Amino acid sequence: MFDGDGVLSYEDTMRKCAAAIAGLGLTAQGKVYDRTHVGFAVEAVRLALEDAGLARTDLDGLLLNPGVAWGQATMGAFMLQQALGLRNLRLAATVNLGGATAAAMVQQAALAIDAGLCTTVACVFSDRPLQPPDQRRSRAGEPTGSAAAYAAARSPATGNLDAAYGQFGTNALYALVARRYMHVYGTTQDDLGAVAVAQRRWANMNPAAQFRDVPLTLADYHASRWVVEPFHVLDCCLVSNGGAAVIVTSADRARGLRKPPVYIWGMGQGHPGGDPAENLASGAPLAMRPAFATAGVETRDVQLCELYDCYTFTVLVTLEDYGFCPRGEAGAFVAEGHTAPAGRLPVNTGGGQLSSFYMWGMTPLVEAVLQARGEAGERQVPRRDVVLVSGNGGLLSTHSTLVLSPLAS
Amino acid sequence: MSTPSARPIPEVSPALAPYFAAARAGRLVVQRCTGCGALRFPPRELCSVCLATEAAWQEVSGRGEIFSYYVMHQIYHPGFAAEVPYAVVVVKLEEGPKLTSNVVDCPLDEIAIGMPVEVVFEELSPEVTLPKFRRRAR
Repeated sequence: MFDGDGVLSYEDTMRKCAAAIAGLGLTAQGKVYDRTHVGFAVEAVRLALEDAGLARTDLDGLLLNPGVAWGQATMGAFMLQQALGLRNLRLAATVNLGGATAAAMVQQAALAIDAGLCTTVACVFSDRPLQPPDQRRSRAGEPTGSAAAYAAARSPATGNLDAAYGQFGTNALYALVARRYMHVYGTTQDDLGAVAVAQRRWANMNPAAQFRDVPLTLADYHASRWVVEPFHVLDCCLVSNGGAAVIVTSADRARGLRKPPVYIWGMGQGHPGGDPAENLASGAPLAMRPAFATAGVETRDVQLCELYDCYTFTVLVTLEDYGFCPRGEAGAFVAEGHTAPAGRLPVNTGGGQLSSFYMWGMTPLVEAVLQARGEAGERQVPRRDVVLVSGNGGLLSTHSTLVLSPLAS
Repeated sequence: MSTPSARPIPEVSPALAPYFAAARAGRLVVQRCTGCGALRFPPRELCSVCLATEAAWQEVSGRGEIFSYYVMHQIYHPGFAAEVPYAVVVVKLEEGPKLTSNVVDCPLDEIAIGMPVEVVFEELSPEVTLPKFRRRAR
């Protein structure tokens, strides 16, 4: 039993929302500086509308996941509405569950559409943590570059007692959980490296990937610099400027638009609370129950996984949480090539956040839409009827699940 | 060589003042909820077990074991430029609460989960003494 089930069983009242993803917009990614975070968001929505064959006036809902460049813009969705010149919205929210937000926004949009609050919702993420080389601050002894930019933006969470011991940044907090996990379940450094290598092979076939032209072997992985043990730099996600958006509408409406609909078969969230280093699991075991039940699938039916991968470690935990492998065995599963190109369970087929681009939960969602529509080019997988998308935020703190399909049911 | 004073010295906030006062006197204390008795650290305004807002400080043994750790290679603060690579540990005290800290007098490759440790005190300034840990016999 899970805590939080309470008195009422939600499974009695669960039903599928007849909603679909109808449009996808992805801006240039990575070291691109020609727009602000607002500009990237506007561009992503414009591209998603164009992809769907919709006009701005068709939108009546706007959900924004603000990246770190949005700062304390708690009215971010309104700022974006004004920038886009949108009038008479009937649904809007600035949403933040960290990396779980993208899939959670799609869920919120589907629910609102299903309830008749609105018809067509743009779900948007953008960020601009990277500064052009000539604008980076660089004081003696201080870090520069992408990781530092990101750490600086997020450091208030750490507090200065931790700093006295030399504890800084998100990588370190995740490393504590990873180290404990490796101790308890026997996950090895080679296991972490296997994830980096498998995902790089996918990225090498993705024209949008920041590491498209850089091959990677396990030896390269082990030789790469340490950031914070047990994480090499290649265990950590990229940092990217850019924007990404999807358009969610009713299944009926989606069928009449430019692109094939990607149907939302199932959805769920799970936020375990407590100490992640004690839990040693994400919220996936909670989130997958309603998602799989409404989709009418089980773990063994999933044909393709797009999993949130802030670190190599996160992918291993998530594979085990969803039941693809017993505890401690995901590393061997990945090392055997099952998640790599031509493997029996393709995972993070665009290269993920480790090797393509870092748009938080939009990275796995974008790739899921491309694969489900059969638009993934050289890296297109043949079996794509049941696509699992996961989002994960904080330190395995928040989790969202989508089951997507190009088939209506 | 590194200058210890170049490292960040924690602010003695009202919430942490009793903690630092005890550390100056060579005692390790954590917060104790007066509602349900749950121990917690760092201090918070309420107890997330019973939601009571009243709390006191209680001395603990200072004994525990390493629950997890990492080895930091990146320099985030000039005070640690000469320290990298260094280990940060989470110590789980015998009484339950967990503390972020460092282990003194222990080579990096000997730090391991489950290692028994006990508190020692490092004076950073007249106001701030920092609890750290050293290996102990099991």
